[in-house]
Amino acid sequence: MATREFRAFAATLLLVDIAGSALGAERFEIGRPATEAEIAAWNIDIDRDGRKLPAGHGSVAHGREVFEAQCASCHGQKGEGDTGEQLAGGQGTLASAKPVKTVGSFWPYAPTLFDYIRRAMPMNAPQSLSDGDVYAVSGYVLYLNGLAVENAVFDAKSLAAIRMPNRDGFVPDPRPDVKP
Amino acid sequence: MSDNDTTIPARRRFLVQSAAAAVGAVAGTAHAEEAAPPGIPDWMRAPGADVGSQTYGTPSRFEAGLTRNVPKGLKQYTSASSRSPLQDLDGILTPNGLFYERHHGGIPDIDPAKHRLLIHGLVERPLILTMEDIRRFPSESHIYFLECSGNPGFEAIKGKTASDLVGLVSCAEWTGVRLATVLREAGLRPEAQWVVAEGADAAALTRSIPLAKCLDDALLVYSQNGERLRPQQGYPLRVLLPGFEGNMNVKWLRRLNVSAEPAYSREETSKYTDLMPDGTARQFTFVMEAKSIITRPSGTQRITAGFHEITGIAWTGRGRIRGVQVTTDGGKTWQEAMLQEPVLNRALTRFRLSWTWDGTPTTIASRAIDETGYVQPSFEDLTAVRGLKSFYHNNAVVPWRIAADGEVANGYA
Ligand code: HEC
Repeated sequence: MATREFRAFAATLLLVDIAGSALGAERFEIGRPATEAEIAAWNIDIDRDGRKLPAGHGSVAHGREVFEAQCASCHGQKGEGDTGEQLAGGQGTLASAKPVKTVGSFWPYAPTLFDYIRRAMPMNAPQSLSDGDVYAVSGYVLYLNGLAVENAVFDAKSLAAIRMPNRDGFVPDPRPDVKP
Repeated sequence: MSDNDTTIPARRRFLVQSAAAAVGAVAGTAHAEEAAPPGIPDWMRAPGADVGSQTYGTPSRFEAGLTRNVPKGLKQYTSASSRSPLQDLDGILTPNGLFYERHHGGIPDIDPAKHRLLIHGLVERPLILTMEDIRRFPSESHIYFLECSGNPGFEAIKGKTASDLVGLVSCAEWTGVRLATVLREAGLRPEAQWVVAEGADAAALTRSIPLAKCLDDALLVYSQNGERLRPQQGYPLRVLLPGFEGNMNVKWLRRLNVSAEPAYSREETSKYTDLMPDGTARQFTFVMEAKSIITRPSGTQRITAGFHEITGIAWTGRGRIRGVQVTTDGGKTWQEAMLQEPVLNRALTRFRLSWTWDGTPTTIASRAIDETGYVQPSFEDLTAVRGLKSFYHNNAVVPWRIAADGEVANGYA
């Protein structure tokens, strides 16, 4: 009798398991719901098309002030690089023997610049800039690369409208590509 | 030291202490000789240290030289890496304190009681989980390697030791919950294609993971080799994607954004993309291809003529290692090495080959073959396709040159 009971029990388990994995129905009721406000407070992801860029705006002129005060010590006055990476120059070098990868020469999408600076820069005080300052300094980095004019003002729309020179420079992974 | 020591000026105190240390060292040598027969070693003539005298054990003081390999003279150490000392490790598991490091915003000091994981985006039920919540899910343990994708670059491969060359690889037993289990808890919406993971470090490091990987073997791990993750490996929670490049295995995980598209974050556009000779760059090059290295004899070691066991490690992001071949004559002939069991999926595999060196200068090297039939390429074959500027995913054969005096050196330099 014990065996029969066990078989029945095992059969039930099997059913639950199949249903659980096949239908994606298995839940443990662990954790608590996240509210819209909580998600909004944490979600700082920007897409490549800039549809998720936040409100606010900043001018290249103000960007120069932010850059000189908070970025130039590591990246150089003109973004030529120092402790931090080179941010400007290098356009047209990617296929050469000495490629120089910078925001201007290599980055495919301008909204990524906003995303990265907002989350990670300045390296000594990340997430300390206002959205307006991030627009401004992103604009200034584009200006240093000849991709924005000196009197430009950037917001969600105008940043998303920048077409980066290397936008179409990326290809999918074809590996394995080396035959013995 | 006794209380009255404090009356001695600091400099003199230092001299006294060093003198005592020197005497100790000399005495130590004398006793060590006596430890061979007919002598009885000192450490048998008195009881050793008390049980529990170290509440968290450390290696013998005679192993103090076994450390992470930290590059000297970098401009900054916030975004940098340190390597595992591969040439001094045995087996396939890397001790937690010697696991390689690559951080982009330093190592955060996270209180697990305050840490939260947010799952949102294309899910039915956005969730917030505490570490206690995460540990309630059914758990699994697996042994997997982790490797930084720039291990090493393609240019100026001038390192001296095995660690200098490919020390950005390590292997551990990881324990955690299947990412699929946690995603199922939140409920995936049909448009979901990618999961964007974000770390709670100063880089808020962000990588996009294809949903197929998330639902396959991906884990959210909290333990490594039996104990909680070390801060350097993402304490209290990290992503573990077996066989995928290190950077995607987001440490200090705090957010999973389920999306229809990748984030195209800086770490998957500006970095971790492989520049080809024609100026295009390969993107989303996730899998670490088969690779191996001889760790003994290896660079800076010195051997004498006679018997040697050649040993090293092999691994592949595509599954199991099928075989490792070793050349001891500069690539003219290759012999099958013995693989140490267990040969595990996406873990380091240890290989061994007995060899008698006749004392003539030569070059030794290993090449791995994985279960898909893929063969680890030579540097020449690899760079013929990819050039010298792709930086990431160099899995070429590493040659060691052995000189007449037995000195082993980097065969690239
Ligand atoms: C304390 C030094 C430091 C300061 C200050 C600093 N950065 Fe950086 N920055 C770095 C380092 C180092 C990196 C590389 C980080 C890495 O790769 O993980 C970097 C990377 C970048 C990148 C990415 C470059 C690329 O091609 O991938 C951008 C853009 C950037 N910084 C912009 C800024 C801006 C804008 C500021 C000022 C608001 C700033 N940085 C302030 C050190 C600094």
